[in-house]
Amino acid sequence: MDAILLQILNGLDKGGAYALIALGLTIIFGTLGVVNFAHGALFMLGAFCAVSIKAVLGLEKVTLDPTQTTAWGTPLEIRQPYVEAWFGDLGATLLEYSVPVSILIAIPVMLLIGIIMERGLIRYFYKRPHAEQILVTFGLAIVLQEIVKSIFGANPIPQPAPDSMQGMVDFGAFLGHEAGNVVYPIWRMTYFLFSLGVIGLVFAFLQFTTFGMVVRAGMADRETVGLLGIDIDRRFTIVFGIAAIVAGLAGVMYTPILSPDYHMGMDFLVLSFVVVVVGGMGSLGGAVLAGFMLGILQSFASMNEVKEIIPGIDQIIIYLIAVVILLVRPRGLMGRKGVMEG
Amino acid sequence: MSILNIVDLNKSFGGLRALSNVNLSIDKASVHAIIGPNGAGKSTLLNCFVGRLEPDTGSVTFDGKSLLGIKPHEINQLGVSRVFQTPEIFGDLTVLDNVMIPGFARRDGAFRINAWNPVRRKGPIAEKAMAMLKDVDLDDKADQIAGQLSRGDKRRLELAMCVVQDPKLLLLDEPTAGMSRADTNKTIELMQTIAKRGVTMVVIEHDMHVVFSLAHKISVLAQGTVIAEDLPEKIKGDPRVQEAYLGGAHL
Amino acid sequence: MRFMGMNKQDWILFIGFSVVTLLGPIIFSPIGAGYPDLLQKFAIYGIFALGFNILFGLTGYLSFGHAAFLGVGSYTAVWTFKLLSMNPIPAIIFATIIGGLFSAAIGFISLRRTGIYFSILTLAFAQMSYNLAYSVLTPITNGETGLQLTQDDPRALDVALGRDYGAVLPSSDLFGIDMTGYPGFYFCGVMLIICFFISLRIFRSPFGMMLRAVKSNQNRMNYTGLNTRPYALTAFIISGMYAGLAGGLLAVTDPLAGAERMQWTASGEVVLMTILGGAGTLLGPVIGAGVIKYFENIFSAFNDNILEQAFSFLPETLQHIMVQVSSLFVGEGWHLTLGALFMLIVIFLPGGLMEGMRRIRNLFVSKPPGGTGSGGSADTPVQNPA
Repeated sequence: MDAILLQILNGLDKGGAYALIALGLTIIFGTLGVVNFAHGALFMLGAFCAVSIKAVLGLEKVTLDPTQTTAWGTPLEIRQPYVEAWFGDLGATLLEYSVPVSILIAIPVMLLIGIIMERGLIRYFYKRPHAEQILVTFGLAIVLQEIVKSIFGANPIPQPAPDSMQGMVDFGAFLGHEAGNVVYPIWRMTYFLFSLGVIGLVFAFLQFTTFGMVVRAGMADRETVGLLGIDIDRRFTIVFGIAAIVAGLAGVMYTPILSPDYHMGMDFLVLSFVVVVVGGMGSLGGAVLAGFMLGILQSFASMNEVKEIIPGIDQIIIYLIAVVILLVRPRGLMGRKGVMEG
Repeated sequence: MSILNIVDLNKSFGGLRALSNVNLSIDKASVHAIIGPNGAGKSTLLNCFVGRLEPDTGSVTFDGKSLLGIKPHEINQLGVSRVFQTPEIFGDLTVLDNVMIPGFARRDGAFRINAWNPVRRKGPIAEKAMAMLKDVDLDDKADQIAGQLSRGDKRRLELAMCVVQDPKLLLLDEPTAGMSRADTNKTIELMQTIAKRGVTMVVIEHDMHVVFSLAHKISVLAQGTVIAEDLPEKIKGDPRVQEAYLGGAHL
Repeated sequence: MRFMGMNKQDWILFIGFSVVTLLGPIIFSPIGAGYPDLLQKFAIYGIFALGFNILFGLTGYLSFGHAAFLGVGSYTAVWTFKLLSMNPIPAIIFATIIGGLFSAAIGFISLRRTGIYFSILTLAFAQMSYNLAYSVLTPITNGETGLQLTQDDPRALDVALGRDYGAVLPSSDLFGIDMTGYPGFYFCGVMLIICFFISLRIFRSPFGMMLRAVKSNQNRMNYTGLNTRPYALTAFIISGMYAGLAGGLLAVTDPLAGAERMQWTASGEVVLMTILGGAGTLLGPVIGAGVIKYFENIFSAFNDNILEQAFSFLPETLQHIMVQVSSLFVGEGWHLTLGALFMLIVIFLPGGLMEGMRRIRNLFVSKPPGGTGSGGSADTPVQNPA
């Protein structure tokens, strides 16, 4: 029982990341009709927003203290980040909480990146075949990841969670089980709650605002909404920007869980695409459902008990499920008829 | 002697009854027109003949074999060809290729790997295709990409693609819709020639001029049921038809 | 003017292609590509792209999993070396067969769906193969190290024929001719010519016409009495066999097989080769493969020193800037060039280099409007749907 609970918990944070990326993918597909293979790159860019902000915050002022010398007899270098020097404790806190702080900065940055991407490239591909959309965004993804690689290098850059959020929650004790059996890192819990929050915001936005209503109408029937004289193109640019923000935030918050490197986007892209397809192209609920479902199943498959029965299952579980679902339910769990066929 | 028998055909979409208890029998080597107001279920009926839709109940028998539950390509191989309301052609291929493919389908069946010998421009299939193109006045456009043809040309091309197969039964869904008067007349002539060869035709058409110059028999469909079926001259005077079709106005 | 059913233009095309391939060492030496290591890469990836083109170019099904078949071909060939013989012929025969069987299984399932769903299914299968090759299949694939030859491999056929390689690690040889250097290239080159010939026959055949029809309008095909799925599946299997053969040849020239050959980015590379050259054209994919392998070779060899020399005619500051900027794109940054190229081609030249050449030719030769006949033209393009 404890083991099962633990695996469900383990799957939640990864599931949250899948769900956030897949949500953006499916919104873009549903509204713009574009298959965006560069979406994983947006996740990666979000993660590197966090990396850059930490680097900027961590810029250090180096002063030489002539009164003290090192073991080699040179004057001792005192390194102090500028933010600390300027803002004192507030600066130290900022540095400490660089990952959550990055969210604030990542939102406008990702929005801008999204808008540039949509206006500069994607919009020319609305009417082109899906194969060409896939190819051009695939090329863009490679370009973006190589640029990041040339700036930040090829190695993963660890981003610690704030100290206060580095411990573990004892879930077992919380639920009245024996203490110490079901422990779960606070940050991963935070990630899960964060992803729920973002998903909630996106749904609320689509559900309760006029803008969201138009977008949902556009997802259902683009032609008709266009005929109503609503300028959907401009709205869709914003939709793309929002999807970029969602993917970017997923990336920012994921950095303490997985040290970002330049190819993390591609790694998540393939899985997120599988998630979208399993959920049903263009279905918001499907993307979220499939994201968490696959995250949890993946963590179950990596249990030793399961691996002993079916060796290697942890490596292929997601793909296997995708294949089965696509064959049994051709349009995914919650997909609509006629989307993306042909 | 009937070639196509439809007995008690029913089809609903959700709560909407598209076809209810349709009975039809199409005589061999005749031209049978199906007319009726918009939404009467004409296209739905045709879709049930070619495997695009599966009716809820009832039977469709062609030449003694049931057409239900078998795939579109199997139905075609039995000798049923269909012209669509919006022309379905191979837009990326040349006009000649478009007409040769049905020829190969007739000769080689639903699937055959014939990958070694090149397609020849001199050979029974190519020659038959060229002759067919001549019949529809497209022989001078044989080497054009079919997608670049005008809409009227596309319709004639599709007709040629169906006729070149020598079907036993040819289904036509508004073959002249959107055509100019001159083109319509040409198409009527063409269909008359085809009919003379003994091809059975079922035509859905709105243009009464087309219907009355071709049909040997007319069925009137309204709200999913056949309300009248008779010879053309009798249909003209049938008050039920006028009521359903034109709301009382005279044909 | 027909011989073996092929017309004069096609024979000229085929003979020209063969001559260029066989004279490769001379023809490509002025651009610094006249050495066997690179030439055999041209040939091998040319085969890979030719096969991929039969699927993607003709039927329009975009597979993102073809690298799996390449990898399977390599593993099969290395195992054939280990178990049977160092002769490359059994190795490539088995590689082709196993590539075909593998693609038949994957194609049978994936082709139940079309469009993006098909692409995702092939991608899923390829990723499964890749992940398994790294994990549980280690006894077969030797995991991250890659499958290699060892001195004490059984090599049953060689032993039976009394062939002993002594205490050195054997390399593949064709009845005594070592498959390294020029003989290695010529072996691959002859394979490329054979594959090109088969591809030419398929393009001109009624079967090829049916494959184009699959791409153009499956609905019409069904209502014309044609069963589309076996056509697409056959194309899928043929392309899988080409990929298996290419993988086998990679192992022939360098008897080592690693799982990274199966990664989905490798599948993306063959898509790029095909698109770059021109999907649906005969020559395009081979040209695309050659161009990419050539530039990969040149660009990844570049370093700052070479760049500084290249820009030495500029004033110093400008030289410095140019070196900085261009060094992003070469050496380690080769993939950036590749990605940018990918985008440029898809945006501006969806028909690929062959389309570009046709446009340039049309600038000089005014031709009457309209397409070319199916039986007679040298290289009938399949137009991209709008």
